[in-house]
Amino acid sequence: MSERISRADVVHVARLARLRLDDDEIDLFTGQLGDILAHAADIEALDVGDIPPTSHPLPLVNVMRADVVTPSVDRDEVLAQAPAPEDGRFRVPPVLGEEP
Amino acid sequence: MTDFSAAAATDATPIEPTLPDGWELVVGLEVHVELDTASKLFCGCANQFGSEPNTNICPICLGLPGSLPVMNERAVELAMTLGRALDCDVRRSVMARKNYFYPDMPKDFQTTQYDQPTNSDGRLVLGDGFVVGVERAHIEEDTGKSTHIGGGGRISDAQYSLVDYNRAGVPLVEIVSRPDMRTIEHAKAYVEELREILIATGVSDARMEEGSMRVDANVSVRPHGSDELRTRCEIKNINSVRSLGRAIEYEARRHIDLWTSGSAPDQETRHWDEEGGRTLPGRKKEDADDYRYFQEPDLVPLDPAPETVAAIDAAMPPLPSARRAALADATGADPASVALLVGRGQDELALAAIAAGADADKVVVRLVNDLAVDDWSKVTATALAELVEMESSGAISATQAKQILADMTERGGDPAILAAARGFEAMDTDELETLLDGLIADNPDEWARFTSGDDADHKKMQGFFTGQIMKATRGQADGKTVARLLAQRST
Repeated sequence: MSERISRADVVHVARLARLRLDDDEIDLFTGQLGDILAHAADIEALDVGDIPPTSHPLPLVNVMRADVVTPSVDRDEVLAQAPAPEDGRFRVPPVLGEEP
Repeated sequence: MTDFSAAAATDATPIEPTLPDGWELVVGLEVHVELDTASKLFCGCANQFGSEPNTNICPICLGLPGSLPVMNERAVELAMTLGRALDCDVRRSVMARKNYFYPDMPKDFQTTQYDQPTNSDGRLVLGDGFVVGVERAHIEEDTGKSTHIGGGGRISDAQYSLVDYNRAGVPLVEIVSRPDMRTIEHAKAYVEELREILIATGVSDARMEEGSMRVDANVSVRPHGSDELRTRCEIKNINSVRSLGRAIEYEARRHIDLWTSGSAPDQETRHWDEEGGRTLPGRKKEDADDYRYFQEPDLVPLDPAPETVAAIDAAMPPLPSARRAALADATGADPASVALLVGRGQDELALAAIAAGADADKVVVRLVNDLAVDDWSKVTATALAELVEMESSGAISATQAKQILADMTERGGDPAILAAARGFEAMDTDELETLLDGLIADNPDEWARFTSGDDADHKKMQGFFTGQIMKATRGQADGKTVARLLAQRST
């Protein structure tokens, strides 16, 4: 058991990510995630006051493309790869609950 | 089924439904608008409403492994234009992933902005001067469209759903207001003003009926004089401005009933049921706001240079509020007519016709009454000015002016030539008098009812004689002149 992340936190995050973990896995990942957070804490101990925050590993901004329409893909080809196409659309199991 | 029609705009005095004494309404609005771009936000698929399902899709908007999004420059420009039109700070922003599992989003996350939106801290000033704060207006992508099959189309009973991803990845801006509105009329006015700004700036066509503008309302109530913010509910599925008003009123009354019975509303998302005239609860989400946002690693930050923002300000077209002020100044017309013409985008035409010498009152009347059409591009200011001048001088009657304006709208052209083509010539007053005297002699009973009958009779017979004259002259007589001649003869 890590002091940086609880078992309950791991269960919660796993549920949000729709991951089914058994008890051994929960213990394993609680330990591993704790180690990762401990490493982050090491960095937190450094004085980084003079270093600008990194929002992206590449020193780039405003990478954009012109607003030009390019061909889409062939619908039949895409739908042929879906498990249950119907009426030109993707058939999915009944959706439980509301849209987010 | 738009509520932004001419009729809605001319409603003279909106009636504010009154809530029970002692309660105050608190409303904030979240408005999603689709940006008027040619292509989607991160790929070159067409941003087009009404295409065959799944014809505007590609590996990027389907979220297939290995695909990389690239930001649409025009979408960013439009978003910043809206931001500046709403007086926002336009700043460095980063895209984020909002993670959730729902089939309308094939990537299992929506690319949006979270803690660093492009536009923040703005405001929208309503027609009556009331100021609504705008917290943020951020860029994000739209989701696909699900159709629920079976169970009468109800999501809870559906057997399965069909998904069309044409809309997935269409560029959106979500405008989040502060909870500043205290009346239903202000909430409706906010949406109407925002819609006019979107159209005036070319940011969006803002069609609620096509879903290119969607409004969610956050509603709560509190005792008058309090400044607390009580539990709010978010109302979705509102399809018109009229429904917005009805939904807010229903929800406010529901909250007041709960509070006064010693209970309290739950914080939840509810859906407006148009037919039932009520809001219904959605499923309660256990992890409602736990979307595990994190920065989108595939897109770099947007960081507009000061010159970029200055260029957007410089290119900003006149906003509806300024246009209403200009038209009111030039015409002295009533606020409803001014708002109507600016709403239709006919203010420029009116001002140009007036500048060309036409009578301002007559221009306003002619446009308000007779140019409620989608396409008036063939009507030039010069021709409109000439038409109004022909009417002012009595060369043609008001009825004839309407007919000529209809011809001008349909095929353009010079009003004098159109009048000649229709055989419109000014009726000689002498000729009219002879005709009228003949009619009076032929219809003594009707004339007696006109001169000595009660008000209703008098009116009816006025209609009779005017109708006969119009028939005899095939509509060429001027109605006002006929009325004057009738009045002269009856005294």
